[in-house]
Amino acid sequence: MTGLAFLIPCALLLGLAGLGAFFWALRSGQFEDLDGAALRILLDDDEEGAGDGGDDREPGARP
Amino acid sequence: MSEAATAPAPAPAVSLFNVPGMHCAGCIARIERGLRDMPGVLDARVNFTSKRVRVSHREEVDGDSIRAAIRKTGFSAEPFVGESDPAAMLESRRLVRALAVAGFASMNVMLLSVSVWSGADGAMRQLFHFLSGLIALPAVAYAGRPFFTSAWGALRQGRTNMDVPISVGVLMACAISVYETAVDGPNAYFDGAVTLLFFLLAGRFLDSVMRARSHDAISALMRQAGNGAAVILPDGSHVWHRGDQLMPDMLMLVAAGDRLAADGIVESGSSSLDRALITGESRPEPVSVGSRVLAGTINLDGPLTVRIEAVGDDTVIADIARLIEAAGQSKSRYVRVADRAARLYAPAVHGLALLALVGWLLAGAGWHQSILIAVAVLIITCPCALGLAVPVSQVVAAGALMRSGILVKDGSAIERLAEADLVLFDKTGTLTLGRPVPLGPLPLAGDEKAAALALALASRHPLSRALARALEAEGVAPAEVSELAEEPGLGVSGMIGRTPARLGRPAWVGLRVAESGDPDSLVTAFRMDGRPARALAFSDSIRPGAAEAMGLLREAGLPARILSGDRPGAVEAIAGTLGLEALGGLGPGDKVAAIRHLADQGGKVLMVGDGLNDGPALTAAHVSMAPSSASDVGQSAADLLFLGDSLLPVAKAVIAARRTMRIVRQNFALAIAYNILAVPLALMGLVTPLVAALAMSGSSILVVANALRLRSAAR
Repeated sequence: MTGLAFLIPCALLLGLAGLGAFFWALRSGQFEDLDGAALRILLDDDEEGAGDGGDDREPGARP
Repeated sequence: MSEAATAPAPAPAVSLFNVPGMHCAGCIARIERGLRDMPGVLDARVNFTSKRVRVSHREEVDGDSIRAAIRKTGFSAEPFVGESDPAAMLESRRLVRALAVAGFASMNVMLLSVSVWSGADGAMRQLFHFLSGLIALPAVAYAGRPFFTSAWGALRQGRTNMDVPISVGVLMACAISVYETAVDGPNAYFDGAVTLLFFLLAGRFLDSVMRARSHDAISALMRQAGNGAAVILPDGSHVWHRGDQLMPDMLMLVAAGDRLAADGIVESGSSSLDRALITGESRPEPVSVGSRVLAGTINLDGPLTVRIEAVGDDTVIADIARLIEAAGQSKSRYVRVADRAARLYAPAVHGLALLALVGWLLAGAGWHQSILIAVAVLIITCPCALGLAVPVSQVVAAGALMRSGILVKDGSAIERLAEADLVLFDKTGTLTLGRPVPLGPLPLAGDEKAAALALALASRHPLSRALARALEAEGVAPAEVSELAEEPGLGVSGMIGRTPARLGRPAWVGLRVAESGDPDSLVTAFRMDGRPARALAFSDSIRPGAAEAMGLLREAGLPARILSGDRPGAVEAIAGTLGLEALGGLGPGDKVAAIRHLADQGGKVLMVGDGLNDGPALTAAHVSMAPSSASDVGQSAADLLFLGDSLLPVAKAVIAARRTMRIVRQNFALAIAYNILAVPLALMGLVTPLVAALAMSGSSILVVANALRLRSAAR
């Protein structure tokens, strides 16, 4: 019984975290170009001089 | 002037281009790098999903040069107009957030409900009901807003719509569940209420993705008139006037390459005009003193002095805008399939729920139980499956069409396309490519090709461009050229190494051609010193796949006809080749009249056209398609766009639309069959929260699964 008192808030918090993450992703444009994002990982950014921040931020970084 | 000076850094202009040819990561990189290297371009971003590139650039860089830069990277590009409506985008965003909240709530509430169904009782059940309520009530308050506001709006005007039974059902379910939780009763419908919202929002969201984007053909049209002209004052000096400052009887000077800003009559000079915008005709039209010229056409060869006759709202281009506007008003009366179904459905649902309440009260069941049953009826009959039936099918079909190069621009376009029973084609630019292509192989030696390409690239004349395109397609690289000079109205000359070369009018190049009997072919000539002059003949050719497309349309029971503004002779030649009936020599207004006439006889016309002159007809027709090479106006007026040169997508789209509507009808049948089974159970009071949850999810999943069969609809 005391397990429930711990597990239910736990489940709800995890769910809320997921919801929050989704809202963030939506706001920062992660869903704008789903097929493109899958392909961009194959691009070499060397020629462009990857100076501005990590490469992994590239796909969604634009407002 | 002063405005420009006080303004801070000018906002960058943004242009969108359709680039249908991209298909891999390398393509993305090539296009983006190619564009970012171009001076004046601030940023370029490819959206691979929509096969579009978004370029932000300084004002002074024009669309044509960006397009040329994309072409240089090896892709064909067409400017994209009618950017998706920001209001519709915001609406989708709002719905997807509500959907996420409803999804989160329904999953967690369902988790608790399953425990209740599997035997929790007493204090445990009350605790779980209490927790469910704690999750469900805020979620309903947030995710239910789209329905509540719409229902409230309808009720205030004394009408009812689909959202009224939904809102009443959800609110009643919540209210009764709160009561049940308070008195420790067994029947809390929190799970039903949030799951209902989840499915309905899914349907609503998909629908908003397909919602009409603005058909703003008219503002696209008015952008096409030149934005000003140099006016010659009585004392002989020149002053630049903006488009709205021009007045009839002024004299305007139009340099070669400029777009005319007003209608008028040529006072002096001779040149040829590119009238493609107005008539869709690819052939430059020669003009001289006394000729009538129209706003929106481009002066190709030499400077002209034009006495202005009509400006602004009186120009031919503004007439066309008014025709489009008038045609658009009659079209907005179309009622979509889902809305037609909703009109019948909503009163039936209200009636049934009320009947259940009154019936059980009369049978002596007491208020509590009667309300419980009435709520169960409302939840069971709520149009989950019905709300999903149409949007899911259309979204899946639109995705399938997009993968085969057909863009659906309007939410109801697929429905209307499926109803079409007659196809009308424009000729130039629609049945034909709308641009000259070489007649047969070019009679040039290898080094002559390189030289001809170098000269052709220096000119913006339609034939030069056609030659350059053909040579580039063969993989020819331009030769080094010096002393390039363009003689207005004659051609281009330059030095290839030490050899002078000329590309232009046959007589200027030194070639005597007999006035050819075929008025549809165009001849230009090329000569390098010391070699014979070569005649290069061009003509506008029929799109590939045209014959096959006509065959498929005939099989589908859709007769096709040609409706063209071109000379009847030229139209008949093509009509003969394709075996179609044809009408030639029609103005924009005549085309609309022809379509109206057919519509009055009950015909539902699919219009396929591209030019500005087709704008009114595209808007007036029941449904319309345009190639992606169409004018801005054609693109914005049409309901669907097809990419690439082939005409086959027209037939494919019709067949896919019909298949989509077949699936939609199946989905309706499924949803109604489910109701026929479930409603009597609800009326008898046998529907517990468990049954309601199962029935609702089951029917929705069935409908979605059926719609997914459309994934291959456009093959």
